[in-house]
Amino acid sequence: MTTVPPPLPYRVAATWAETADTRSIELVPTGEALAPFAPGQFAMIYAFGVGEVPISASALRGRHGGLVHTVRAVGAVSTALYRLRPGDSVGLSGPYGTGWDLEAAAGHDVLVVAGGIGLAPLRPVVHTVLDRPADYGRLTVLVGARTPADIVFQDEIESWRGPAQVEVTVDRPGPGWQRAVGVVTTLLDRLALRPERTCALVCGPEVMMRHTARDLVTRGLVPHRVQVSLERNMHCATGHCGHCQLGPLLLCRDGPVVGYVRVVDLLLVREL
Amino acid sequence: MSADAEVNTPRPPASDELVMGKDGMGALVDVLVRRGFTVVGPTVRDGAIVLAELLSADELPYGWGVELEAGRYRLRERSDGAAFANAAGPQSWKSFLHPARIREWSADRVEGELVLTADQAPPPRYAFLGVRPCDLRAIAIQDQVLTGGAYRDATYQGRRSGALLIVVECTEPGATCFCVSMGTGPAAGPGYDLVMTEVVDEDGHRFWIRSGSPEGAEILAELPARPADPETRETARAAVTAAADRMGRTMPEADLRELMAGTLDAPRWDDVAGRCLTCGNCTMVCPTCFCTTTEDVTDLTGDHAERWRLWDSCFDLDFSQLHGGPVRASSRSRYRQWMTHKLGTWYDQFGSSGCVGCGRCIVWCPVGIDITEEAAALHEWTAAEPRGG
Repeated sequence: MTTVPPPLPYRVAATWAETADTRSIELVPTGEALAPFAPGQFAMIYAFGVGEVPISASALRGRHGGLVHTVRAVGAVSTALYRLRPGDSVGLSGPYGTGWDLEAAAGHDVLVVAGGIGLAPLRPVVHTVLDRPADYGRLTVLVGARTPADIVFQDEIESWRGPAQVEVTVDRPGPGWQRAVGVVTTLLDRLALRPERTCALVCGPEVMMRHTARDLVTRGLVPHRVQVSLERNMHCATGHCGHCQLGPLLLCRDGPVVGYVRVVDLLLVREL
Repeated sequence: MSADAEVNTPRPPASDELVMGKDGMGALVDVLVRRGFTVVGPTVRDGAIVLAELLSADELPYGWGVELEAGRYRLRERSDGAAFANAAGPQSWKSFLHPARIREWSADRVEGELVLTADQAPPPRYAFLGVRPCDLRAIAIQDQVLTGGAYRDATYQGRRSGALLIVVECTEPGATCFCVSMGTGPAAGPGYDLVMTEVVDEDGHRFWIRSGSPEGAEILAELPARPADPETRETARAAVTAAADRMGRTMPEADLRELMAGTLDAPRWDDVAGRCLTCGNCTMVCPTCFCTTTEDVTDLTGDHAERWRLWDSCFDLDFSQLHGGPVRASSRSRYRQWMTHKLGTWYDQFGSSGCVGCGRCIVWCPVGIDITEEAAALHEWTAAEPRGG
């Protein structure tokens, strides 16, 4: 090979709506398959002729045995992916990046904090912890969304109640909303955390992660047990295009999941 | 810097050191062409010394020097007829190893199936004639960036692995050069196939030439040359040593990585942002800047698409674009990104500085922003501010 290898062809096995602007797509290989993904790792998904975007796997094994990605239609490529239907083809490469450190979480209570579509890269974490309850302590899932209609994986979130403590909050409630209102950090007030034995995994808008991680540390979590998943522009996913820099980090290579301690100061620098 | 500097003191002569005249340079190009190389070297074109394919050594810029200053580049005729007595031109070897625009792969829709095809064109086999020590280091830095990690850039690797590097040590630094500060010259570091030092004096126009690889030694054996005489060797060494004392610029005596990390909120960034046009010239001429973007295109049938890779610049507003807008919207943050990456975070990412002191960014900045001057200003700020540094 004398140039960058192309992605592998994958077929859309199923798609379904999550919210008005967000769909999940399940992808199965038409030939050679990619190596298995770990929770928090991402794929570059190529929409024919339009382009390629990095998207974390939202489930490692869907109903058809394929990889599931959840896409919000915000730009040209993500809109093209949003419009995919069963039988359509995409190009897929990966797995890329450093995922959630679940080994570090073993034996600990696991606190998952998600803002908006940030729940997508965390969903494989919830699946893993629910599948292997003996390996972890208590599981708590906190979900924040703009409005009740923007909550992704709604039905599934409800199914986690019982084995997990689940709390959901929205910024703007609609009629009939009985649950919490406010930013996701307000949910921390009503939690009976065991901070000394808790690992927190956080994904959402950067400002949400900054506040959440800081609040968690204030509440006694060991900073080294807080992980965040960061986002930057990415074109190559292999550390070669330079777009995804956050100070010393190349987030495609050194992230997207990074220890909070590693980025706490970087997140305070405007426009870094 | 000190560790880097060790490799750039004049190296002990190899056993096969020779001296050749101008005819030897002609023979060298002929040998390279005969061996199937595309020979690329400096030549005069459009009022500048540019890098282009050479069919004969006559195309080298014999008798041309350059005058360099911040925001200024001028050719100057030399009376001595030297070919390599000129500092860096606008281009660097990355134009050939890491092209500004290249097709990576194609996608076709065939009976509903997506068929993805790698571009299989064999890479050109280059011989680079006249690589400066600073640019030799720049190539080593790009090697590390593009092939030193978990993923290898196959395009770069294909071009790089076949490339022959013929270095010419620097005896005529420009007013914007600071390779001594960066530990990258004016003597050649490791990694060359052949290295030569040009000497023009009353004893004639000649080149002290040594090999650094088996292939270099083979080529050297084919050249019309004589064993190196001590006078030529000493004159050549003295010229390189003297060049080290004639650098036009210098970086402040500071740990530049620490300086960059400790000055992210320095007011100097506002000052330079007031001058920077965010044109990205500095990134285009920089021999180590490697950033790229991708462009996906389709033909009129809609069934054939191609992935192209293009140079990109961290000065472009789109560079840090996310769904909510660019992360680095201000010119202050974009200049800061470039300079702190080059001199600071490059160490974290790739284990070395990203700057080789070639001075191109100073010369080709339309408003004459000088990276050494900016570093000095930041250094002064940390000295004045107890909280900095």
